[in-house]
Amino acid sequence: MIRRKAEEWFFKILMILAAIIVCGSFFLIVGTIFAKGIPYMNLDMLTKTPGGGFYIGKEGGILNAIIGSLYVAGGATVLGLFISVPVAIFINMYMNGKKFLSDSLRVAFDVLFGIPSIVYGAFGFLIMVYFGFRASLLGGIIAVTLLVIPILVRTLDEVIGTVPQELSDAALSLGATRWEMAKVVLRQIKPGIFTAVLLSFGRAIGDVASVLFTAGFSDNIPTSLHEPAATLPLAIFFQLSSPVEEVQGRGYASALILTIIVLIITVLSEILIKKFSKHKS
Amino acid sequence: MLVLTLASVSLLLVIGIGLYLHSAPIIEKLSWGTLITSSAWKPLKGLFGFYPFIMGTLWVTGIAIIIALPLCLLTALFITEYAQTGIRRILVPFVNLLSGIPPVIFGVWGVLFIIPLIQNHIAPHFVEFSTGYSVLAGGIVLAVMIFPLIVSIIGEVLNTIPQELKDASLSLGATKWETIKKVILRKALPGIVAAVVLAVSRAFGETIAVLMVCGNNAVVPHSVFDAGYPLPALIANNYGEMLSIPLYDSALMFAALLLFIIILLFNIISRVILSRLERKLAS
Amino acid sequence: MTPTPHISVQHLNVHIGNQHILNDININIPDKKVTSIIGPSGCGKTTLLKSFNRLLDNTAGVKITGKVLVDGEDIYDPKAEITHIRKKMGLLSQRPYPLPMSIYDNVAYGPRIHGIKKKQILDQLVEEQLKATGLWNEVKDRLNASANRLSIGQQQRLCLARGLAVNPEIILGDESTSALDPVSTSIIEDLFINLKEKYSIVLVTHILRQARRVSDYIIFVYGGKVIEFGPTEEVLLNPQAELTKEYVKGFIS
Repeated sequence: MIRRKAEEWFFKILMILAAIIVCGSFFLIVGTIFAKGIPYMNLDMLTKTPGGGFYIGKEGGILNAIIGSLYVAGGATVLGLFISVPVAIFINMYMNGKKFLSDSLRVAFDVLFGIPSIVYGAFGFLIMVYFGFRASLLGGIIAVTLLVIPILVRTLDEVIGTVPQELSDAALSLGATRWEMAKVVLRQIKPGIFTAVLLSFGRAIGDVASVLFTAGFSDNIPTSLHEPAATLPLAIFFQLSSPVEEVQGRGYASALILTIIVLIITVLSEILIKKFSKHKS
Repeated sequence: MLVLTLASVSLLLVIGIGLYLHSAPIIEKLSWGTLITSSAWKPLKGLFGFYPFIMGTLWVTGIAIIIALPLCLLTALFITEYAQTGIRRILVPFVNLLSGIPPVIFGVWGVLFIIPLIQNHIAPHFVEFSTGYSVLAGGIVLAVMIFPLIVSIIGEVLNTIPQELKDASLSLGATKWETIKKVILRKALPGIVAAVVLAVSRAFGETIAVLMVCGNNAVVPHSVFDAGYPLPALIANNYGEMLSIPLYDSALMFAALLLFIIILLFNIISRVILSRLERKLAS
Repeated sequence: MTPTPHISVQHLNVHIGNQHILNDININIPDKKVTSIIGPSGCGKTTLLKSFNRLLDNTAGVKITGKVLVDGEDIYDPKAEITHIRKKMGLLSQRPYPLPMSIYDNVAYGPRIHGIKKKQILDQLVEEQLKATGLWNEVKDRLNASANRLSIGQQQRLCLARGLAVNPEIILGDESTSALDPVSTSIIEDLFINLKEKYSIVLVTHILRQARRVSDYIIFVYGGKVIEFGPTEEVLLNPQAELTKEYVKGFIS
C-alpha cells in the first residue's frame, strides 16, 4: 500500500513540475523579450523608418515594417474573408444532405490548415513568377491570403456550426431562400466572424516564411501594390543578423513590439470567444 | 459559392502539382533515390543531395517530440485529472497564449536564452566546445512551440473518457494514479498517437524559429550538440540564390515538395485516427 | 426489529454546490440481505449509494457531513484509507463499463491491484467469479478476447464478476439492469438473490416490480430524505407515510 501511495505521490510531483514548465514557458519567453527589448524601446521605433539602411543604419525605427505588416496582414485577411465566408456558408448550408461531401471538404480544409507557411510561401512565389510579379506587397498579400484561408474557413465553420438547427429551419419555414437564411445566420454570428478575423490577422502578422520570398523588403512604406513591403517578422530577423549592435538592439525592440501586438490580439480573441459562448447558451 | 469552395479545395492539388512540376527538372537529372540519400550538396557543381537536410529535420523534430511528449502528457493528465477548477482556469489560458506567439519571437527567444544556456551550461558537461547553435537548440525551441498543440489534443481526448469508467476502476480499490496508468492511458492511446503525429507534421514545417538557432550547417548531425540544417531552413536561407544558379530553384522546390508530401501524409494519418476515435465514441 | 446493520448511516448531509441533495439521512442497511432504495428520479438515490463507497468524493463542489459506519468504522474519518473502503464494496453501474482489456484481465484487475501476482491464483479467481456469475461456459474459450466484444448482458455480468473478484462484503447496484434485455435482467436478479448469502446487497431501482421480486427490505427516498424503511411487503403493500402511499399507488397487484 505504501508503495502504491509513494508511486502516486512521485508522479503527482512530476505532473506538477511538467505543468509548471509547460505553462511557465509562456512567461519565460515573454519575459525574455521584454527584458531585452525595453532598453531599446523609444518612440522613434514606432514613428520613423530606418535611417541609413535597415541592415546597418543606426537611426530611425521600424515604421516601414509596422505599416507594411498591417497592409499585408490586413489585405490578406480582407481578401481571405471574401473567399472564406462564402465557402463556410456553402459547406454548412448548401450541403446539408450530403454529409460525406461536406465532411470530406472539411477534411480538405483541415489538411490545408496543417500545411506549413513555407510551402505557401514557395507556392506564392511560383504564382508570382508565373504571372510575372516581383517581390511586392501584392505578392505578400497573395501568399498570406493562401495561408489564412484555411484558418478562416475552419473558424467560421465552427462558429456557424453553433447556430442551432432550429434557427435555420425556422427561417426556411417562413419561406426564406437559402441565401436569405445565410444572411440571418451571418448576422447571428457577427462576434464569431470578428474572432475569426482576429485569429487570422494575428497569424498573418507574425508569419515569416510566407512573406520571405513574396513581399520583398524595403526601408520605405509601400505606396503601391507593386512595391516591395517590409514586414515586422522579417525586420526582426534582418536586424538581428546585423553586425551593428544598435541595429541588433532595434531588433529586440521590434520583437517586443510584435509580441505586444500579437498578445493584444490573442487576449482580445480569447475574451471574445468566452463572451460569444456565453451568449450561445 | 460552389466555385470558390471547389477552388479552395483544389488548392491542395494545385500546390502539389505546382511544386512537382517545378521540381521535375531536378528529379529528371538526379533520381529520387540519389536526391534523398546523397549527402553531396554542391549546387554550383550541380550536386544536390538532400540527405543531410532530411536528417537535420528528423533530428530536430525527434528531439522536440522527446522533450514535448512526456511534458505535455503529464501536464494534460494533471489538468484533467488532478487540478481543481480554479487552477485549471489559470493554467489553460497560458497554454493557449503560447500558441499565439509568432514563430520569429520563438527564434529570438531561442537566440537570447537557449543558445547561451546550451553553450555555457549544458554543453560543457558533454563536449569540448559548442557555439550553442545546434539541433538541440532547434529541438528545444520547437518543443515549446508544439506544447499547446499536444496539450490541447491530449486534453480533449482525456475529456472524452467517461467518468463511469474511471469510477469502475476506483470502486475496485485502485488509486487515481493506478486508474490513469492502467485504464485511462490505454483508452487514450490512439488519441495520444494522433496528437504526436499531428505535432510531428507541425514540427517538420516550422521554419524561422529553428533556422535562427540550429546552425545551418549542411552536415548530417551525429550528436545533439551538432549543428543541423532542416529542410525548411534550407529553402528559407537560399531563396535569394535560387534563380542565379541553374537547377537551384528546382532543388528548393523539391525540398518544398518533400515537406508537402510528408506533412500531407502525417496530417491524413492523424485525422484518420482521430475520426475513428470519434466514431467509436458516438456508437 | 431490523437485523444487524452492515452499514449504518448517521446524520448524513450532502450538498452539491448550492443544492442540499441529502438531508439528515439516518438509516441502517441490514447485513446479508438485499435492500432496495426506491424513489422518483432526482431524489438522491444514486447520491446516497455513491456515499457508501465514497465515490461521491469526486463530484465537483461536494460537501459531505455526517458518519457512515461500515462494520462499525466511519468511512468518512479523515484517517480512513479510501482504497480499502472501496475494496469492501463492489459497484455495478447503470450501463456496464468493461475496462479496456481482455475478459480475463477485467476480472483479474482488482486482485492484481491489491497484490496478487501468481498466475495460478489469478486463474482460479477468474474462473471462480466467472462461474459465480454464470459467464464461465460462455467465455471460457476466449478469455483473452477484448471485453468489449461481449453483449451488454454479458458485459454487466462481467462487471459483477470483476467486482466480486476483490472479495467485497457489500454489493452496490445503481439501476444495474435498466440497460439490459429481460433475459439478462432476470439472470442478474437471480444472481442478486443467490449472492445475498455471502454479501449484503444495496440496489437502487425505479422498477417496483424488481424491488419486490428481489429485495428483503425497502428504503423509500423522496426529496433527499428517507421517508420510509421496512420489509418489502410492508412498504409496498401497506405503506405508512403519505408520500410512500402516493408513490406505490397502483402497484398493489
